[in-house]
Amino acid sequence: MSAKKNTTPAVFALSCAVNGQRTELEIPSSLSLLDFIRETLGLKGTKEGCGEGECGACMVLVNGRAVNSCLMMAVQLHGKELVTIEGIKGKAGGLHPLQKTFMAEGAVQCGFCTPGLIIASEALLRRKPKATLEEIKLELTGNLCRCTGYEKVLSAVEKARGK
Amino acid sequence: MEKLSCVGKSLPRKDALIKATGAAQYAADRDFAGMLYAAAVRSPRPRIKILSISDAKARRVPGYVTLVTYKDIKGVNKWPVVMHDYPFLPEKEARFAGETIALVVAKTAGAAKKAAALVELKYKELPFVADPLRALEKDSVKIHGEDNVFSSFVIKKGSVDEAFEKAAFTAEGEFSTNYQVHAYLETQGAIALPEPGGGMTVHSTTQCPFYILDAVAAALAQPYHKIKILQTVTGGGFGGKEDVPALVASHAAICAAKVGRPVKLIYGRKEDFQSMSKRHPGWAKVAYAADKNGRLTACRVKYVLDGGAYSTLSPIVLWRGTVHAAGPYKIANVDIKTYAAATNKVPCGAFRGFGQPQICFAQESLIDELAEKTGMDPVQFRLKNMLEPGDKTVTGQKLNSCCGLKEIVQAVRKRSGWDKKVKGRGPGAGGPDVVAGIGFSATYYGVGLGAGGRYLDRAGAMVNIYKDSSVSVSVGNAEMGQGALTVLAQIAAETLNAPYEGVKVEEVDSSKVPDSGPTVASRTTLMSGNAIVDAATPLRERIFKTAFDLLVAAGADASKPMTAGGGVFSMGGKSVEFRPVAAECWRRRLKMCEQGWYTAPRTSFKNEDGQGDAYVIYSYSANAAEVEVDLKTGVLKVKKIWAAYDVGRIVNPRLALGQAQGGILQGMSWAVYENLVYKNGIMVNPNFTDYVIATTADKPEYDITFIEKPYKDGPYHAKGMGEVPLIGVAPAIANAVKNACGARVTSVPLLPEKIWKELKKA
Ligand code: FES
Ligand code: FES
Repeated sequence: MSAKKNTTPAVFALSCAVNGQRTELEIPSSLSLLDFIRETLGLKGTKEGCGEGECGACMVLVNGRAVNSCLMMAVQLHGKELVTIEGIKGKAGGLHPLQKTFMAEGAVQCGFCTPGLIIASEALLRRKPKATLEEIKLELTGNLCRCTGYEKVLSAVEKARGK
Repeated sequence: MEKLSCVGKSLPRKDALIKATGAAQYAADRDFAGMLYAAAVRSPRPRIKILSISDAKARRVPGYVTLVTYKDIKGVNKWPVVMHDYPFLPEKEARFAGETIALVVAKTAGAAKKAAALVELKYKELPFVADPLRALEKDSVKIHGEDNVFSSFVIKKGSVDEAFEKAAFTAEGEFSTNYQVHAYLETQGAIALPEPGGGMTVHSTTQCPFYILDAVAAALAQPYHKIKILQTVTGGGFGGKEDVPALVASHAAICAAKVGRPVKLIYGRKEDFQSMSKRHPGWAKVAYAADKNGRLTACRVKYVLDGGAYSTLSPIVLWRGTVHAAGPYKIANVDIKTYAAATNKVPCGAFRGFGQPQICFAQESLIDELAEKTGMDPVQFRLKNMLEPGDKTVTGQKLNSCCGLKEIVQAVRKRSGWDKKVKGRGPGAGGPDVVAGIGFSATYYGVGLGAGGRYLDRAGAMVNIYKDSSVSVSVGNAEMGQGALTVLAQIAAETLNAPYEGVKVEEVDSSKVPDSGPTVASRTTLMSGNAIVDAATPLRERIFKTAFDLLVAAGADASKPMTAGGGVFSMGGKSVEFRPVAAECWRRRLKMCEQGWYTAPRTSFKNEDGQGDAYVIYSYSANAAEVEVDLKTGVLKVKKIWAAYDVGRIVNPRLALGQAQGGILQGMSWAVYENLVYKNGIMVNPNFTDYVIATTADKPEYDITFIEKPYKDGPYHAKGMGEVPLIGVAPAIANAVKNACGARVTSVPLLPEKIWKELKKA
């Protein structure tokens, strides 16, 4: 929650879609997207791992593209669509294929990186449904995971292709 | 080993669903009514005399509530961990850059941070020491006792000088390793909620809830039963959430006690780097002697760990390093001396491997050098000298039959194609200047706390079967990502013959289970597992007896044996499920809740000469690394790691594989990339931009084998594995670099410039 220098922060009338729901809110214009998600919306599935764009734990989809929400301002969401891990669902509702493969492969250990990894993988597979292993590896270099050694993460993404 | 229905299967992870959907609540995700936020004021310099602290400017920040200093501590201002030399908040002197000096409480996290930055600290700089070897010199600035030594150990056996004089071959070398930052993705954090009557409930990310209980009770001067510690879902630990969460949680609790409202304290990544524990930098001088047949005859080690400004866990980290310092070999003459030195830098503590990886890097590198001198293949040399059942370790401990070291070495040798690959450094795949090589290492690992922590090595458990037959298990060891909730549920389900889906292991609540020691030393499966078996065994008797009665009543032929598995009891063609059996137990008013306890057997190790049984049981690893080195640039790429482990019976193969892969990559990342830099006592790169850890692009190929040597006293014959995969990775890589290009790099990380420098020499 970053406060502005002056005591009355400028207020911005934000209009966006959050996980498919139209959302209109007045927010301080200095609010980061991550704080907006976690503190204003109370969606705690998006994590803060570094606050500096280095770990990917805070990734969300903005208009279908994966972004580090700690590096974006909430006002930049205006007129756009936000999807957080809470909005990641399978086609018929229920679990998303990536969630299923992450669980089945054992790609989840401490789980702190997991929402960000699922978001990053979803963005990739939307863009490139047949992404190769090399492409997956490259795409996920921005998502640090200290637990798994990445092997099971990569196989989880591979198995979710085309699902 | 007996056939089991739950243990030994890759059953689904209990906490995977809440983690994959973002529903899991980590410390930062919990909010409470009326909650305030704390932020730390930190020392800017390596060593200062504190003259004054003023919040005159901080007060102007909207939302500011109060400043908290040591004066607000009701209890003794000493954090109770091992040596009690670390104050919760310093009074006169701060000893490292980043040390928390005071805290600010405010209405928002942002306001707290802003106000903390405006707190004015007046101080005088004091002379400091940053280098551990310098700290041990007579004329160094003294910051701890008369000699800057937190602790020191020896292992003495035989006549080392004589053995070196008589030796046909000797090798000697100096080695060093840098820090390793845990880089758990979730930073430290706690929330403290004051309870009426002076009590406190603390929610914290942690591996060791009972360390927090000790600390918070001491800081608040409250009896233990008024303090409750609830472990939150923990986003990685690796040792980094062993001791220091107690400091963070105590700070939150001191603030909360002062303001009478819940206080949340969540660390930013930078302050986490600067002030939380690390893997100790290590320095070692090692020498080995061998006879003309290539048999090791003597080993001499001097090993120094850079402890940082306060002792925290240094003494016990050093002890583990000491015990394992000579490697997994039969050596008759041994002289090991070790020291943990005080310096004005961040206090170092537990990190997966706990003082072993540093010295393992040194001794396993040197074993290769000695093997080369004898003209033997490094694996043959190891096989000739390594510990087997019935052999004695350097502390004189006789190994029992549960030692699969030779088998795992052979497994890695075979699977990696060692015999062929080791012969010639071949061209690599990465261009004309790239050469490939392979390297080996073998390690052993004393499971549990051993003699170094003998008073802590016990664990409790409670198993409660509800009326609807669902089972709740409470333990004192923590899930931190390694899979404890799953593995322990498998053990409980196995003992009770309850369906696995119906068993839930709870996150630790310090008021529900007795102090079970820390979740460290790869001891959870063994200790909590045995405590669960202890609790579940009387329940099992009642359930099995009741099941038998029900089957007889249903007309089963009682002359046939009753079998049980997967939640079903069968006899003579009839069967009954766990659920009606549990219901019948309840109807009969049988006791369906039991406590369990497990105490590790005694160890005989003596500090005077370092002789005796150090640990109850050992796990083992063998590793081979295949690398490519660019001769022009010194750039190193790790292509593949083969590893084999003897960690007793595997409770959950999928989770075990995850532990292995994760441990290997952490070890490789430390060996190759991770480079924390201090300049004049100030940490230069406390962030993930400048402190690089391995990503998906760096991941090697893994080839992992388990050889399951049953451990008779383990729960279903399990030992412990969490730390084992990391320990031997660095020397295997360094040995591979030597094999590839002839460069012997003696310091971790193996940065390109170091390899390049050695290449120039060669
Ligand atoms: S928290 Fe945004 S990238 Fe790390
Ligand atoms: S599972 Fe722990 S950081 Fe990825």
